[in-house]
Formats: sequence, structure tokens, C-alpha cells
Amino acid sequence: MNMCASYKLRKGLNIPLQGEAVMMTAPPVSSPLYELKPSDFKNLTPKLLVKEGDTVQAGTPVYSHKDHPQMLFTSPVSGTVHQIVRGEKRKVTGIRILPDGRNAGVRFTAGAPEDLPSERVRELLLQSGCWPLIIRRPYGIPAYPAETPRAVYISCFDSAPLAPRYDYTFAEAYDSLQMGLRVMERLCPGNVHLGLSDTTSPHSVFHRLNARKHTFSGPHPSGNPGVQIHHVCPAGKEQVVWTLSPMGLSVIGRLFLDGIYDTSRTVAVTGSSLQTTGYVRCHAGTQIGALVGFPRKRDAAVRTISGNPLTGDNVGEDGFLGFHHQQITFIPESGSRELLGWARPLRLKKFSAARTYISYLAPLLGETARFSLNTNTNGGARAFVLTRDYQKVLPMDIFVSFLIKAILAEDIDKMEKLGIYEVIPEDLALCEFICPSKIEIQDILQKGIDLMIKEMQ
Amino acid sequence: MNVFEKIIERIRPAFSKGGPFAFLHSTFDAFETFLLVPGTVTRKGSHIRDCNDLKRVMIVVVIALVPCLLFGMYNTGLQHYTAMGAGSQLPGFFSIFWYGFLKVLPLVIVSYIVGLGIEFTVAQIRGHEVNEGYLVTGMLIPLIVPVTIPLWMLALAVAFSVLIGKEIFGGTGMNIWNPALLARAFLFFSYPGYMTGDKVWIDGFTGATPLASWSEGAVITDTHSWTDMFLGFIPGSVGETSVVCILLGAAILLYTGVASWKIMLSCVAGAALTGLLGDIPVHYHLVAGGFAFGCVFMATDPVTSPQTETGKWIYGFLTGALTITIRLYNPGYPEGMMLAILLMNTFSPLIDHTVVSVNVKRRMKRIKAHG
Repeated sequence: MNMCASYKLRKGLNIPLQGEAVMMTAPPVSSPLYELKPSDFKNLTPKLLVKEGDTVQAGTPVYSHKDHPQMLFTSPVSGTVHQIVRGEKRKVTGIRILPDGRNAGVRFTAGAPEDLPSERVRELLLQSGCWPLIIRRPYGIPAYPAETPRAVYISCFDSAPLAPRYDYTFAEAYDSLQMGLRVMERLCPGNVHLGLSDTTSPHSVFHRLNARKHTFSGPHPSGNPGVQIHHVCPAGKEQVVWTLSPMGLSVIGRLFLDGIYDTSRTVAVTGSSLQTTGYVRCHAGTQIGALVGFPRKRDAAVRTISGNPLTGDNVGEDGFLGFHHQQITFIPESGSRELLGWARPLRLKKFSAARTYISYLAPLLGETARFSLNTNTNGGARAFVLTRDYQKVLPMDIFVSFLIKAILAEDIDKMEKLGIYEVIPEDLALCEFICPSKIEIQDILQKGIDLMIKEMQ
Repeated sequence: MNVFEKIIERIRPAFSKGGPFAFLHSTFDAFETFLLVPGTVTRKGSHIRDCNDLKRVMIVVVIALVPCLLFGMYNTGLQHYTAMGAGSQLPGFFSIFWYGFLKVLPLVIVSYIVGLGIEFTVAQIRGHEVNEGYLVTGMLIPLIVPVTIPLWMLALAVAFSVLIGKEIFGGTGMNIWNPALLARAFLFFSYPGYMTGDKVWIDGFTGATPLASWSEGAVITDTHSWTDMFLGFIPGSVGETSVVCILLGAAILLYTGVASWKIMLSCVAGAALTGLLGDIPVHYHLVAGGFAFGCVFMATDPVTSPQTETGKWIYGFLTGALTITIRLYNPGYPEGMMLAILLMNTFSPLIDHTVVSVNVKRRMKRIKAHG
């Protein structure tokens, strides 16, 4: 396996969006309510461990994974269980915690991971609620508690539109990141990898970390762990790779440094619907409405997204920050309908990566040409017609249209062969963005993955 | 809300389920989305979407066809007056164009009315939105038939190509063969006399006689110099004669990225290399008959050509090579391009399958190698 290799990725697209977060961190906010969302994890049926009115601390189990009872999902703050939100068929969609403001946490006795048996390390991660920070490839689901991966991979930059600058948000996090790496090293000795961007400053905290490093250059999705492991240590049916974000790494690091479960992270508050953007420090499950320091523009309607505009969740105005998310995006909802939009020669306020519109040149203009894109689909759903464009935004050796068609046909054998083990929806998000037939590629892929999991059991 | 939105919202109930015109729902929908960008917002997946859609893609192709259409009208007039023996006393530019315009326009109108009529009906029966694909097909068909074709024949061919070529497979994006070429093939095999025989003056250079005379080593006639063939002042199907106009269209398609340069380039390469086998100079092959038009507008159809990039090279090359092979060795079939493309359309899935299989093997190897 290569060490310190550098990879030049050419395919991809940086969507020139308005509303990138300015590098200013607002004072921490205290949310009036927190929510744990089982839907933050794929292939998870929650088994509730609390009822309304129970008191919890940061690190108290709230629910467990039905298939892996030892995998616990714990409260980010101390307080009382305020409400169990249920959706269709009484499915639990959220557990709301009313914080008591003391932020008392369960104490975990950890210590140096090198001195602990690896079973004990696993146990600590599972008990504390840190385990689900580890995402497993294939499938993009929480790692199985008993398995050992071929590699652990951490992408140290996020290339998604308006994504937070990790160089900035983790500038002070060396200790917890390095401790997190030591923990992962204990679970997967000698095979912990870091993916750095070629634009990462040489003074960045990530360069100081001690692990195998790989450098990537190129537009989004070069920062996706899925794209990077495709080049470094591809995942396969038997070749399991665990991925973490630096945020996950530092949460795990703090568990072993301080003995507490601390989900706080620096979140980028972004989007063209905001008057001021910036960063703020908050916990997982924070109510987004509590972030009062970021006034909106007077747009008619705004979509609130936990995550980035390509893959995030539409959580609504009263929604909560997702477990994995380090970004909140506000974009305008679709306004009045354009007259003869498809026939307009210029359409300068809309962005297209296709050369049928002049705006494809915008990325060349840099900061001066940024778009405020709304939530309109800009066209009706059609069958596959222009399928080659997908490959232009995917720096992976995978034939997107063939894979998607195999999924639509529910052909398990073909899905396997065409690479379903290597991709999760976020990797194909740009394909969905540029698709002129407006095919819901991420949704189809997720259904394919769900089917694979079901078939493989 | 602008004034059009208001009007549409006012009449929408009449076309919705239960309304008096509910049977025209798809038609209403088609005109609505034609006029106004659909108001649909993203529900799943990416919250933002590129503003490129199939309507835009199709309109680009139609625009790319306009030079060929306009020149085809002029040339129709020109060939008419030349054949009438006007000789050196040709009427003025506008008279020539007007004559051709009146001849070609009915073809375009019939093609669109019949084709779109079927598309709208099928969309309504299926409860689908009307697909934009026919905007291009409807323009292509009049350009690849002789201008003298009886309109009822054209209507029949259009109906055949839309129904059998496209709708039975599920509509635009699902078809195996290029619908426009299928219309031409239908005419070619059903009414050969009208397509290539004595009744029309078309296809001067893909016809058996010139090819035969070429292969016998005859000197290329003075009436149709290479320059004339390149510029397009020769008899032929409406839109396929002028290589200049076709190149103009090719420039639009390539600049906008709608058509694949790989297919065009490899198609020309395939034709040129195969052309070396015969006695006719290669550069004559490239400007003769339907080659240039087919290479730019038909072979590059994204639906019926391979979807893999490697596949495109193979497909283009074989299309070019087959066209010239047919011209050189099978004078019984004068239009090599049409049959070559249709045949390669048939093989596209096979080509793709091969390329994908290689990819699968390569990926398996790589994953194991890293283990």
C-alpha cells in the first residue's frame, strides 16, 4: 500500500454557491431542546431505553441498535426526556431532551488506549455512544461491533458546497484528534489513514497528526471518504473499511482524554438566505432555531438544511442538527416560476455545469460569480438520456448509469459487480445535481444499498 | 406570480382529474411546462439542481439543425430550377428559397403534427409527462427524406418510427434504434422507388449509379465537384447535402457538449481508413450522401449510442467503417450510413456490455490487490 501518496483527481465539480461561512466563530449557544434522530443512521431500528420524563446525563443511553444491542446511542446533554416523537406506524423519529443547563456527563474510565485490551476499547466506544461515529463501507452504516476492518480512513477536508473549513474548525483540536487516532490504531493496527487536501496549509493541525497520509487535489467530491478510499484502499464485499470524520475522531479522543461523551463541534452556518454567515460551537441535536446570531434575509421562504445542500436533510425551521453534521445551510425555496426558462439564452442567475448555459464558465471567475440556487428541480423527471455526464463529476472507476439501472432492476449480482459496495449516496450526489433527466440518484442508490443489506443477511 | 401563472392556475382545474378536459391532462401539462419552468421542488436527495434539463438539451439540437434546414430549403429551390433547365438564368435568391420553403415546410409540419400527436396521446394513456425527444426527431425526419416524398408516406413513416421505434420500448430514453433513421428505413424498404429510384432526383451520390461509376474508375463528374459537395449545391435529401451547414451544427453540438466528439471523430476515422481500400478518394466519401449528417446528428444520439466512453470509440469507428464498406462492396444498398448506424445501434448494448465487463474485472482485481 502506498504511503504519503498524492492523488490528482480531475473529475468533479465545485458548485459556485453564495453564502460560504466567514471565519468567525459566534459564542456558543444553549439550545432549548435537543433531539436524537434515529434517521441519522442508515439501516437502524431503534430500541428505546428511556421513557418520557426520565432524567439523562450526557452519555446516558437513550436507545440501542435492534440488531446490535450493545451499540448504544446516548444523550448529548443532561436533562430530562421531554418527548418521544413518533411517525407513521409508531416508528420513533426523534427523542427530545430538555436540557437542565448543567451539562453533567456520565464518567467513563478510559485512559491510554495502548494499555487497554482492544475489546475494552470497543466496549467503551459502544457504551459511551461514540461507536456510531464510525461508518462502515460497504453500505455507509454504523460499523458492526464485532468486525475488524482492513483500514480506518479519515478524510481531513470537506469539499462539499459551502462546507466548513476543517483547518479552521479543528485548529485547536490536536490533542483530541491525536488521541482519537491512537484509539483507532488500537482497533486496526497499522492501517489508519488520513486524507489531506493539497490546499491544506502545511501548518495545519492535520499535518502534525501521526498516521499514514494521502494527499488529494481536485474539485468536489475529492473530500468524500468514499472517493478517497476508492483510490487508497477500496472497499469490497469482504473488504470492510471504516470511515470517520475528524469530528468523530475528536469526540472519541475526548472520551479517552477526559472520560466524557462530548459531541460538541464547530458548525458552519452557511447559505445564500443568510445575512451573516459564520461558525458556531454546539452539540449534536441542537435546535437550529436557537442559532439566533445568524439573521436571515427577507426571502419569502427558506429551506433549512442540516448538512450541505447536496446531501443534507431538510429539517424545517424548528429542526435539529444531525448527529454527523457540521454544517447548516439556508437556501431559498423555489419562488415564482420562470417563463420559458429552457429557451432563455442566458439565464444568468441559474447555474449549470452543462455548456448549454453560459453559467458553466462561472467557476473560472472565482469569488465574483456565485449563485443563490433555490430548491427548484429546474425540469421534470425523465428517463435516462444523457448518461455520460455523470462520469464527469465522479472521480471513481464506476459506471453510474449501469449501476443505477441494475438497482432499478433489483439485480443483486450486477449491483455487486458494478460497485455498489464502494459508493454511498453522498458520492453520487453531484451526478444527481447535474442530471438533466432529474433522476433521484441518491434515493435510488440508498434503496439499492438497503436491498443489498437485506439480501446479505 | 406572473400573468401566465395566473392564467394557468385558473384553467388548471378544468384539466385536472374530474374536470371536463381531464383527458387532455398530459397535453395541458406539456404546454404548462413548456411555458413555465415546473414549480416542482426537490424532495429527496440534493436540494439544489442544475438548471439544465432535457428541454434545453433538445432545443440545442434543434438549433444545431437550423442551418441544415435553411440550406435545405434553398437547395431544394436551386435543384428545382437547375433541373428545369434555368441554367444561367436562375431566379433571385429569395425566389429560390421561397420555392424550397414551400416544399420543405409541409414535411416539417406533417412530421411534427403526426409525431407529437402520437406522443401526446401515448403520454395521456400512460399518464406520463410528454417527452421532449420528438422535438429533435421531428426535425430530423424531414431533413433525411427526399423532398418529393408524398406527405401520406411521411406521416406513415413517422407513425411507424414513434410507435414501433420508441413508444413500445417505453418512450424517449428507452428506444434501441434512432427513431428518425427508423422512419427513413421504413420508407426505404417499403417504398424503395420513392427513396432511390427514378421517380426522384435525390441521393445523387449515394445512389448505385454514381458509386458504380466511381468504382469503375470513372473520373468524378464536373457537375458535382468536391467543392459543390462540400458546400451542398447537389441533389440529395433535404438537409444532408451541405457539409458546411452540418459542420456548423456539429460546432454547436460539440461546444455545448450535447453530442460526443469521440463518436464523430472515430466515425470519420473509420470511414477514412476504410475508404483507403477503394478507388474513390477518401475526401469524396466524407462529403458524399448522408455520411456527414449521420455522423454528426444520428450516430451521436445519446440514447442509442453506447454509454461508455470506450464503447463510443468502437461504435463510431465501426459505424464509419461499415458505411464505406456498404458503399464500396454492396451497391445494392445505396445509403450506407443509415444501415450502418441502425446496425451499430443494435450492437450498442453489446459494446457496452463488453466495456462494462472489462471494468468489472479490473475493479475486482484492484480490490483484491489492496487486500
